[in-house]
Amino acid sequence: MARTAISGRLIWRAATLAEAHWETPTARTLVLDVPDWPGHLPGQHVDVRLTADDGYSAQRSYSIASSWPHPQNRVELTIQRLDDGEVSPYLTDTVEVGDQIELRGPVGGWFVWRETQTAPVLLLGGGSGVVPLMAMIRARATAGTKQPFRLIYSVRTPTDILYAEELRRRVRDDAGLDVHYVYTRKTPDDWSSPPKRIDVAALNTYGWPPDFAPDCFVCGPTTFVEAAADILVALGHDPRRIRTERFGGTS
Amino acid sequence: MTATSTEEFEDGATLDGNAMAGDLREVFAVDVTSARYMCAGCRHTDAVATLRLWNRAPGLVARCPNCEDVVIRVVRAPDKVYLDLRGSVRLEVPLEGV
Repeated sequence: MARTAISGRLIWRAATLAEAHWETPTARTLVLDVPDWPGHLPGQHVDVRLTADDGYSAQRSYSIASSWPHPQNRVELTIQRLDDGEVSPYLTDTVEVGDQIELRGPVGGWFVWRETQTAPVLLLGGGSGVVPLMAMIRARATAGTKQPFRLIYSVRTPTDILYAEELRRRVRDDAGLDVHYVYTRKTPDDWSSPPKRIDVAALNTYGWPPDFAPDCFVCGPTTFVEAAADILVALGHDPRRIRTERFGGTS
Repeated sequence: MTATSTEEFEDGATLDGNAMAGDLREVFAVDVTSARYMCAGCRHTDAVATLRLWNRAPGLVARCPNCEDVVIRVVRAPDKVYLDLRGSVRLEVPLEGV
């Protein structure tokens, strides 16, 4: 599949919006029919291009949220709306089922998890940076493999959690998957600690010890990525096992 | 997060080399974001994916996270792509399936 995902010339394809649903009040998942989709690896992304009537076009890179194979052979993107953005408000608020958007991919081969990697996996997501990490969690389930996965997911408030229901279900059903939340602005009422940013204590308690030599994937805004990666290195994780993706303002 | 993202967005460098994958795949047969670069300025070496990316210019400007020198520039014209690699001593490209 790794070779399938990369071979062939990269072309723009007309994808059709088959379904859409809101994950939070500001993030929407687009379920797309993409003709001749070659399959992809979790962590890969697509470029989306919008072209106005006057020919002006804008292009953005979005992580793929779904795993492959997909039950309806579709590709899912989760778009976080940035109010001052040029592309994201169109994708969250304007595009309707049946509409077409231009897309090319899959692309990227570095921030990728392969089911043949046998090490435990530590996923650190900040905000919408959880999207490619969710693709990895879904791919692990699709492949039926047993690598232990831990996700530490930093969000502003409980209502900002993407895939909250599915994560709850997967923690129950996908053996070897654990999820811990870090709330930066507002916690649930019964939460034991006040709001805080990701810190040494969270990674020490809910991550894997460095001795386990986990593969670490960190995705989020630059400030989150740098803080989390620095903590991992300080705790003794091998920098070569830490892969990062800065996902901040994909507007 | 929006506030933070917006501030960084104005500064330009919210993204990294991962986001160059599509534009580079248009030119190369392999995924160049997985390649290792060596910075001509400081000899730092890491995956192209880790470069800091400014993409609000008429092209892409990718800088070394260690010394901030420009390592790769990609500029698109309607019918061609200009690729400026003078900031990288070399690229070490892994071959899939070998």
